Amino acid sequence: MDLVLNPEERAFQEEVRTFIRERLPDDVRERTWSGARMDKEGQVRWEKILNERGWMAPNWPVEHGGAGWTPLQCYLFEEEMEAACAPPPMPFGVSMVGPVIIAFGTDEQKRRFLPRILSSDDWWCQGYSEPGAGSDLASLKTRAVRDGDHYVVNGQKTWTTAAQHADWIFCLVRSSREAKRQEGISFLLIDMHSPGITVRPIRTMDGGEEINDTFFEDVRVPAENLIGEEGRGWTYAKFLLGHERTGIAGVSRSKAQIRRIREIAQSETSHGRPLAEDPRFRERLAEVEVELMALEYTILRIVSAMNAGTAPGPEASILKIKGTEIQQTLTDVLMQTVGYYAHPEHPPAEPGANVAPIGPEHAAGLSARYFNWRKASIYGGSNEIQRNIIAKMVLGL
Amino acid sequence: MNFSFTDEQNLLRESVEKLIAAEYPFEVRRDLAASETGFSRELWRKFAELGWLGLGIPEDAGGVGGGPVETAVVMEALGAGLAVEPFLATVVVGASLLKHGGAARHDGLARLSAGELQLAFAFAERQSRYELANVETRAEPDGEDGYRITGTKSVVFNAPAADVIAVSTRTAGRSRDREGLTVFALDAGAPGLHVREYRTMDGLRAGEVDLDGVRAGRGDVLGRTGEGIAVVEEAVNAGIVAACAEAAGIMTRMHRDTVEYLKHREQFGNALSSFQALQHRLVDMFMACELSRSMAYMAAVRLADPETEAAELRRAVAAAKVQIGRSGRFVGENAIQLHGGMGMTDEMPISHYFKRLVLIDSQFGDAEHHLREMAGTAP
Repeated sequence: MDLVLNPEERAFQEEVRTFIRERLPDDVRERTWSGARMDKEGQVRWEKILNERGWMAPNWPVEHGGAGWTPLQCYLFEEEMEAACAPPPMPFGVSMVGPVIIAFGTDEQKRRFLPRILSSDDWWCQGYSEPGAGSDLASLKTRAVRDGDHYVVNGQKTWTTAAQHADWIFCLVRSSREAKRQEGISFLLIDMHSPGITVRPIRTMDGGEEINDTFFEDVRVPAENLIGEEGRGWTYAKFLLGHERTGIAGVSRSKAQIRRIREIAQSETSHGRPLAEDPRFRERLAEVEVELMALEYTILRIVSAMNAGTAPGPEASILKIKGTEIQQTLTDVLMQTVGYYAHPEHPPAEPGANVAPIGPEHAAGLSARYFNWRKASIYGGSNEIQRNIIAKMVLGL
Repeated sequence: MNFSFTDEQNLLRESVEKLIAAEYPFEVRRDLAASETGFSRELWRKFAELGWLGLGIPEDAGGVGGGPVETAVVMEALGAGLAVEPFLATVVVGASLLKHGGAARHDGLARLSAGELQLAFAFAERQSRYELANVETRAEPDGEDGYRITGTKSVVFNAPAADVIAVSTRTAGRSRDREGLTVFALDAGAPGLHVREYRTMDGLRAGEVDLDGVRAGRGDVLGRTGEGIAVVEEAVNAGIVAACAEAAGIMTRMHRDTVEYLKHREQFGNALSSFQALQHRLVDMFMACELSRSMAYMAAVRLADPETEAAELRRAVAAAKVQIGRSGRFVGENAIQLHGGMGMTDEMPISHYFKRLVLIDSQFGDAEHHLREMAGTAP
């Protein structure tokens, strides 16, 4: 057992680090560091740079345009990206639907969809949750009825992140009335530009509009857009959820947050001294760092096992729970660094915006981020559901 | 010992609850928060007619009497309705300041009580965080009996609507000295006084107050020159106790809404409220609400009792603020969590209650700050 990277792994790390340093556009880095909202143009620009280098899809096999890296290399890559404030690729294409298409799609689907995911020419969103089906996903009601060589889709999806930017949506739909719950579900790829689709933004408590309701009214979807077999969508969805889990911990992002908190604490004062020197503040941050370290080394154990060929098990739910709890604590600590300046509705922290900040410039958006980040323990399978998974699948209760 | 409400206090609570129920559905609150003034002048007049604005003001000064407990009763009920009217800024903190009012403010309390005067208290500065004596705004002597005030005050609640803005300044000493502070009451329209107005995340109004050589007379001094810390602390203590009561009202309401939501939301064929893990969470939230309410009224009673020693009062107020800050996070975050995605939306009242509750923590010093006050470990 050792915790030292071998020369080959170190060289890989150095290669990634150098590439990001040289190629990440300043404005994109700036936006990520300040916590400003994602902007599609900058995101696409950066994703195309990654793709040019062949690093858009670290975990895809080489034959489909992926990097074909080992789990450890993927992990090191994520670390370097987050440490350098490089936004990771939007997850819906590369991390979510991509692996499903690779594993269960037809050759035609692979040819059609994968290259455009890699090049960011197609943006994807996820159509799982419905107003009545959140944690209990299998109770979904959106219907797909076969009509010749098409499916006709009716229903509503909700919490669709980035639907307003998306060209495609991967959907779980009910394709059979007879079959019970899971068995009647199919996995369908739907063109967001199809007639009958309406996207309505949902305003969240932080004032943002990154999520949406997506309505389907007699939307005709070519049957060739079905993934795998009709009625087996639940299996594919579970496969996808397994893929979502390891990145969700966001360890490096949390480390970057801690660096940002330290930086802000240098210019904030407490009792006449820099906040960064305040013992109570330092202890509080150290407590979070201990938790983060425990999480990091738990991930490394899982990554090591994956490197040796063991697929990540339901233990990965630990990563979701602890990872999001730490992220949320950090948004709280960050908000508290600015004292009263958590209160104002700050003008948006857009680079180049021509509005004078209210109070210190770094205060903009910190409380909004705290409020927004309450979502992390709800999305991707709520932390209560994750505990159910561990109880059932790991502890056998 | 009698830690129960009197009949009068119960009647007062019922009258506020009745008005909230009749005239303050959430849609009204939403519209008011988005409106030009940010609250309802009409309701404010009604508050005055009902005598609420004279609470805590002696009858011979134009008020209706009563003290911190009555104020807490009103604040708790206003919290449950998430009212945006500036009761805390004007009636609680503002009146506390005006009681020390110099000659130029002799009719202030009567006007306040009649609903004709809005107040704001500018005490925080960029470098002060929650330290009340950390004041760099300076009042320099100017002529025979006047001063010129220069500095910038941070996040002044109700500043946009205020007719009078009270300002803590330094007339002597260095930035963190307790001695040498003087509080002035300034007309909001005074030359050199500028307010940069903004909305707050929780739907209220505040502003950055810039003072560029604002002229003030001796008659504008609240309390004694150089001994302003006593005036500031008294006002802030009153503010803390009222904010704790408001928070208790908010928490109880959030808990109630969450219980209701879980009873009606079905997943896996059962109401969410039937899952034991969630029941226990609701119980923990309930306990936090009850403990917070106890602490809010304990602090109100201590504040109301003239026999309470200064150290005892400081301890009571700090402890209540710690309890409210911690419980507020716990109840608030869990209420959102248990509402799932719906809790994240602007559409649901719960998210608005949450924002106010979280921001009450940092108003007048957060739990971390007051924990150190308790422990005596503040540097």
